[in-house]
Amino acid sequence: MSIERQEIEKLATLSRIAINESTITEVSQRLSSVLGLVDQLQAVNTEGVDAMSHPMQATQRLREDEVTELNQREALQATAPETEDGLFLVPKVIE
Amino acid sequence: MSWDTVIGLEIHVQLATKTKIFSGASTAYGAEPNTQACAIDLAMPGTLPVLNKQAVNYAIMFGLAIDAEIGQVSAFERKNYFYPDLPKGYQTTQLEKPIVGRGNVEIQLADGSTKNVRIHHAHLEEDAGKSLHEGNFSSKFSGIDLNRAGTPLIEIVSEPDMNNAEEAIAFAKKIHSIVTSLGICDGEMSQGSMRFDVNVSVKPSGTDILGTRTETKNLNSFKFMEEAIKREVERQIDVIEDGGAIVQETRLYNGETKVARSMRSKEEANDYRYFPCPDLLPVIVSDEQVAELRRNLPELPDARQARFTQQYNLSDYDAGILSSDAAMAKYFEAAASTCSDAKLAANWTIGELSARLNSEDLSITNSPVSAQQLAGLITRIADNSISGKMAKEVFEGIWAGEGSADEIIEARGLKQVSDSGALEQMVADVLAANQTMVDDYINTDEAKRKKKLGGFMGQIMKASKGQANPQQVNQILAKKLNELL
Amino acid sequence: MHNLTIAELIKGLQSKEFTSVELTQHFLDRIDSLNPAYNAVITVTAEQALKAAAAADQRLAAGDAPDLCGVPILHKDIFCTDGVRTSCGSKMLDNFIPPYNATVVENFEQAGAVVLGKTNMDEFAMGSSNETSFYGPVKNPWATDSVPGGSSGGSAAAVAARLAPGATATDTGGSIRQPAALCGVSGIKPTYGRVSRWGMIAFASSLDQGGPMARTAEDCALLLNCMASYDDKDSTCIDREVPDYTADLNSSVKGLRIGVPKEYFSEGLHAGTEQAVRAALAKLEEQGAELVEISLPNSALSVPAYYVIAPAEASANLSRFDGSRYGYRCEDPKDLQDMYCRSRAEGFGEEVQRRILIGTYCLSAGYYDAYYGKSQQVRQLIQQDFVSAFEKVDLIMGPTCPSPAFKFGSKGDDPVAMYLEDIYTIATNLAGLPGMSIPCGMVEDKPVGLQIIGNYFDEALILNAAHQYQQITEWHDLAPAGVAS
Repeated sequence: MSIERQEIEKLATLSRIAINESTITEVSQRLSSVLGLVDQLQAVNTEGVDAMSHPMQATQRLREDEVTELNQREALQATAPETEDGLFLVPKVIE
Repeated sequence: MSWDTVIGLEIHVQLATKTKIFSGASTAYGAEPNTQACAIDLAMPGTLPVLNKQAVNYAIMFGLAIDAEIGQVSAFERKNYFYPDLPKGYQTTQLEKPIVGRGNVEIQLADGSTKNVRIHHAHLEEDAGKSLHEGNFSSKFSGIDLNRAGTPLIEIVSEPDMNNAEEAIAFAKKIHSIVTSLGICDGEMSQGSMRFDVNVSVKPSGTDILGTRTETKNLNSFKFMEEAIKREVERQIDVIEDGGAIVQETRLYNGETKVARSMRSKEEANDYRYFPCPDLLPVIVSDEQVAELRRNLPELPDARQARFTQQYNLSDYDAGILSSDAAMAKYFEAAASTCSDAKLAANWTIGELSARLNSEDLSITNSPVSAQQLAGLITRIADNSISGKMAKEVFEGIWAGEGSADEIIEARGLKQVSDSGALEQMVADVLAANQTMVDDYINTDEAKRKKKLGGFMGQIMKASKGQANPQQVNQILAKKLNELL
Repeated sequence: MHNLTIAELIKGLQSKEFTSVELTQHFLDRIDSLNPAYNAVITVTAEQALKAAAAADQRLAAGDAPDLCGVPILHKDIFCTDGVRTSCGSKMLDNFIPPYNATVVENFEQAGAVVLGKTNMDEFAMGSSNETSFYGPVKNPWATDSVPGGSSGGSAAAVAARLAPGATATDTGGSIRQPAALCGVSGIKPTYGRVSRWGMIAFASSLDQGGPMARTAEDCALLLNCMASYDDKDSTCIDREVPDYTADLNSSVKGLRIGVPKEYFSEGLHAGTEQAVRAALAKLEEQGAELVEISLPNSALSVPAYYVIAPAEASANLSRFDGSRYGYRCEDPKDLQDMYCRSRAEGFGEEVQRRILIGTYCLSAGYYDAYYGKSQQVRQLIQQDFVSAFEKVDLIMGPTCPSPAFKFGSKGDDPVAMYLEDIYTIATNLAGLPGMSIPCGMVEDKPVGLQIIGNYFDEALILNAAHQYQQITEWHDLAPAGVAS
């Protein structure tokens, strides 16, 4: 199955990855090749088969509601790209 | 042409856990930015979530309160989108298997009627952080505070069972009342503890075809919600009557400017690519766990209302108001149990106290007048030590921090004169000083005499500087004047 | 000293034949002189290592030190190391220094092991050749024009080149076993949930599993004893006692039923590889094991199912790398979206971007059921194949990969050619089963790996069979030219 240019652009937007105009054809070809591989799945009869999200039949463990994490802001922001007064700075958010 | 309105609500309720839903960082409100955002909340590489037991219990408690099915197996999904206040780039939420299934909430309307609102489901999820647009940084930037990120929420999704703003508000208030009564949410609207998304559509009266709906997001007060609904209904009717069509969209209502605007609907906006979260396993709720929570479920508003009418002999209306707010109910009961007059305690709690708190924008838990202090005041009203007018003055004194009712009465010399000897003398003096009025009283006919009594009362109260017990004065005055007839 | 196994090093350290400081300095010197030829180690922590070695020597002198006390190891650069750059082979994290340790790192620190540094890897563990690393490819010590395999190519090459006696690694679709095979070392991927994933940067959460690499099965057992643990910070970690994996090493393989899946010897398998693997099976048969031909009918579907599930999970797992809180941020972003899109386009390499796009595609509206949903069902079928097989046999054996190490760039432009490299290893990740690769021959002067797959939590049995095989063969003792002396 081949993947349209328009679709690549949509995927790139959803994934927030800038795609270079000059490589879009190449990206499209390679993605199509991978989709060709995964399309083998379509021929499999999976009627009545449960979906499997986890390899183990385990159940979620629950944590007691007690504070275990204390303020570590300085350490956690040590490699942050840009901070001010303890806030992470990003280009202006427009809602 | 007349129109019917159809309203459904999605309510985000912050759970009153000590820690985040997936980390051991504190959820306390108002901390310095990012001091309560641990490595997990910041989505640092390699960190993993572990589910908070209390959050699960709180969600189940809500389910029990609305008589809902509790999901024996519930699961978490990832909802993918990029936003600076969403550190992982996905929100961990529940889609296919929410923890709380279908339930019902009964609301009471102003005309005394009741209505059932169906709950579609309620699910657990994590809150996002906050983007700040002003601070000690260049206006090119926004500042991101992730203290709130990971705070546990339940999102309660109603069926579109409401038909006007009044019903929607009643429903929202009822949910507020339930979650605060359960103690699973602090109910502090101003801190964002409850936020409402309102789905509104209109259709020609009497038809079954649902109109296109819009969603107005993130309303954080009942007042804004009411305004937003009314304006949106008007807008939709205007659009349709002008021959236009309603666009399905998300809208933001600004409570300050009272204007709602459409959030640009990006083409991809709805592709959240939900899939099961591989870092979390299915949550199994056992029958024992549910039974245990059911056994320990706090009193719910409806039950409390019934109890208040019986136990304190209150009207349905008063009991309804007092029981709707867990903190107010607690306050009332504390006051009522330390004074002799529950009815007075109810009146004061609903009346003077609530009005004063509202005007100062305070919650009852932060009331400057404690339940014990109010009880002290009520005791003095009930035993006729002070008049209703003096009581207001004493209340202001307590509010201002001048001490207990008795201390203020003493300090200001407000004690009501109830000594009959002193009052007899006072009445006699006034009658003696106003012979013309007395003659007038004697010479007029029976029907008009009652009116004239007021004139003597005014003189006597003036003479006593307001401290005479009016009931007693009334009796003495009537007796003395009758003797002259 | 570098030719000694970990078991021998432990004896030497405990009998004071040499100190940990001497040993550590020896390996640091080797990294200094040999690593430039292989590029297996990308961060050397000499100072910390010598300090840790001195501390280990004190513990050893005091007696009662844990087995691994004073033994030098390397960590794959996917495990977070407090205060030491953890890049995951990516420009995105080139400047990232975590303030916390992965549980695996913590476990080795507690045991007194000495960390020499961090090993190179395919970017975010996505690759089978180590060509996708931001730090350049690792070269196979057996033939420097060939790949070492991936994604744990740095760990495998480092162990093969005797830069360390053992190293940690991770395996999502074969990332321990395939490079172990291509570099002629032993490596085990434990049962999913056996080793904590806390602090191990996620690629595909439901498939990722950490495990050790060393030259012998016995050394792998010693490392796994330390690496495996129950960890309440990882919800998917299994709460089950960790056995002593060395306890059963010397049991006989007599009567052991070894399943040989016919699908693992089909077209695409290099003739020399097949010959070496068949010879290894014959050796075990000579020792009394019973070979049973079995079928894993859905084997061929494991690659397509994997290349939906792994990219889907990865697409969400890698959303957190958005330039906001840590890691790479592009220069002068013109707005928020520009920061996201360029930081991710510039910070991620081509293969990572490709997998994010594929994963996004498979989860997007309209494709979810056909791709993601379908793959989850196929995953179930693949697991069922193994469940049925393990009713008849104790272990399953076959080739680890289709051919010996290939030359750099030889898989060309088609990503699918590279993906097929994992055709024999992927199914165990989908099922969550433990699997191991040990050297079993040489083809074209390059090592061949024998894969041993066990039932859930049967790591001890896998290690036992591997150890027994290594008692009667010498493939694991071979060293690439120039590294043994």
